[in-house]
Amino acid sequence: MRHRYLVATLAAGVLVLAGCGGGDDNGSSGSGPGGLSVPKVDKLSALGAGEGSVNIISWAGYVEDGSTDPKVDWVSGFEKETGCQVNNKVAATSDEMVTLMKTGEYDVVSASGDASLRLIYGGDVAPVNTDLIANYPDVFDGLKNKQWNSVDGVPYGVPHGRGANLLMYRTDVVKPAPTSWGAVFDAASPYRGKITAYDSPIYIADAALYLMKTKPELGIKNPYALDDTQFKAATDLLTEQNKMIGEYWSDYTKEVQAFKAGNSVLGTTWQIITNLAQADKAPVEAILPSEGATGWSDTWMISSKAKHPNCGYLWMNHIISPKANAAVAEWFGEAPANKLSCAETADKNHCATFHAEDEAYFSNVWYWTTPIAQCLDGRKDVTCKDYSAWTQAWTTIKG
Amino acid sequence: MSRGSFLHRHPRVRLAALLSAPLLWLVVAYLGALAVLLISAFWSVNSFTGDLVKVFSLDNFRTLATEHVYRAVALRSIGVAAAVTVICVVLAVPMAFFMAKVASPRSRRLLVIAILTPLWASYLVKVYAWRVLLANGGPVDWLLGGPGHGPGYGLFAVILVLSYLWLPYMILPVYAGLERLPDSMLEASADLGARAGRTFRAIVLPILVPSIFAGSIFTFSLSLGDYITVQIVGGKTQMIGNLVYANIGAANNLPFAAAIATVPVAVMVIYLIAVRRSGALEEL
Repeated sequence: MRHRYLVATLAAGVLVLAGCGGGDDNGSSGSGPGGLSVPKVDKLSALGAGEGSVNIISWAGYVEDGSTDPKVDWVSGFEKETGCQVNNKVAATSDEMVTLMKTGEYDVVSASGDASLRLIYGGDVAPVNTDLIANYPDVFDGLKNKQWNSVDGVPYGVPHGRGANLLMYRTDVVKPAPTSWGAVFDAASPYRGKITAYDSPIYIADAALYLMKTKPELGIKNPYALDDTQFKAATDLLTEQNKMIGEYWSDYTKEVQAFKAGNSVLGTTWQIITNLAQADKAPVEAILPSEGATGWSDTWMISSKAKHPNCGYLWMNHIISPKANAAVAEWFGEAPANKLSCAETADKNHCATFHAEDEAYFSNVWYWTTPIAQCLDGRKDVTCKDYSAWTQAWTTIKG
Repeated sequence: MSRGSFLHRHPRVRLAALLSAPLLWLVVAYLGALAVLLISAFWSVNSFTGDLVKVFSLDNFRTLATEHVYRAVALRSIGVAAAVTVICVVLAVPMAFFMAKVASPRSRRLLVIAILTPLWASYLVKVYAWRVLLANGGPVDWLLGGPGHGPGYGLFAVILVLSYLWLPYMILPVYAGLERLPDSMLEASADLGARAGRTFRAIVLPILVPSIFAGSIFTFSLSLGDYITVQIVGGKTQMIGNLVYANIGAANNLPFAAAIATVPVAVMVIYLIAVRRSGALEEL
């Protein structure tokens, strides 16, 4: 009997607590851009002395201090020069970056377009005073004040570089070499069970992009603006694809190992993963398929709660300086943001290979953007699926 | 008056002083965390900025109940936990019986050490070792006749690796239970004319069942909540833990993650009640 009494007391306590929680609403329920205004955060007005350290969240390969490869190092020099010790945290997905930035423990982040707006409207990042960043004038105009890194002409970060999500395959297994994303969506693929895909809701856009080119009757104009019918077509395609997937990847080391062992032979990748796999003697190649691709345009942003704002600004200036920007761009395999970087790359053709100055090429690349209810392609007569719907759908696709 | 004699004459004060720290820990850190989990399960997040919206709503639980995928994942996780528990019982009982009743005292000590040693190695190291073992063309494939012949990554690999990881947690309680069983009772049973089967039913089983239940609580709950092994060797498999992790890490939807996390809590509560009903806990 005593036990039952104890359980009843606990249950009552929990209910009381739950009741308290329910009453504690602060009435904040915005609905994204349009309904939501940008929280007012002041930008830094003048640069002071460095605080001795800077906490960074970055994509793998963006902050290299020589520990991966002694020749790949653009951090040690910065630390020596500014006295700012760099503490780097590698994030695997944009969602992880947003979550980490909300902790307020980090100063700067290399946010992609599917994170940057969420950070801006969440009040997690501050506008950037570009006057304090000496290298900013040298950044390509095609990257400045874009819809993913600024609001109403106020820049919220400095552009880092851009690139495309590629299709990687094992040259010894996949014959003939693929030229289309159809290779990963073909229900009769001979590579069933050895296909891989990026483990994030944003991957739904890859399916939408493929449908945009192959099923024009759906009328997809932008893979991040999907109404109910279009969204269902994309998720159905991915549910079919799930039967052929060996594993999804978000951890890039896992993907390198899977391609090296042959557990995966075909699937999406980043250039850096291909580089690392090739360095590991895995017979892999990566291509930009005929449909174009999704991609990223990354922005260094500074936290609104930064404890080391001066070191943060010094870092943002350093990472887009011609030498460092060229080194990152070559290591990660992307187009640099700084015009002068193209003269600093070890491979003089790097900027040509990655189409750094080729705006026509990048018009074929759909940068990661946060899907919101107001259709990004400008349609007013329908509502689009927002990111939370994408997230739920992604769980359902994986089954 | 010294403090010692004061406490001696006031046993209730003594008890309160003794128990206040652990009780505070239990209530604040343990039950408090569970309460916060339950409360936040009724909140939601702003889908765009990811900020918490602290308004009471049952939406999370409605999604959980109506979406087919969550039921499928929950059932899969329970299935994996049950399979791991069964495999661990099948392997642990003969092993523990040998250690407790057959082996010499010297080799008994060595065997206990051998079983405890894997617990010293990091969880991640062991799971990544299995990732390499199960890789395409890896040692397991090779043993079974070449690349592609092994099980590869997937649900089977998850059950295999979890069984490997949690086996010591089953062997140790079963071993401890059997060790308490005096040999003289087995002999007395034989002297009274009972056959091996009868001796097992009447003497060994009553001691064995509570030990197995105790071990199964470990193997079942540890498997039910696991998400790292699944990520590393599970291929595209999802379990409850992955959904919780994805909703915290990727989607930043803490309330929904909390709602999902109540599922394994509920499963464990039901399991513990069932074990208690069977009377196994009193025997411990």
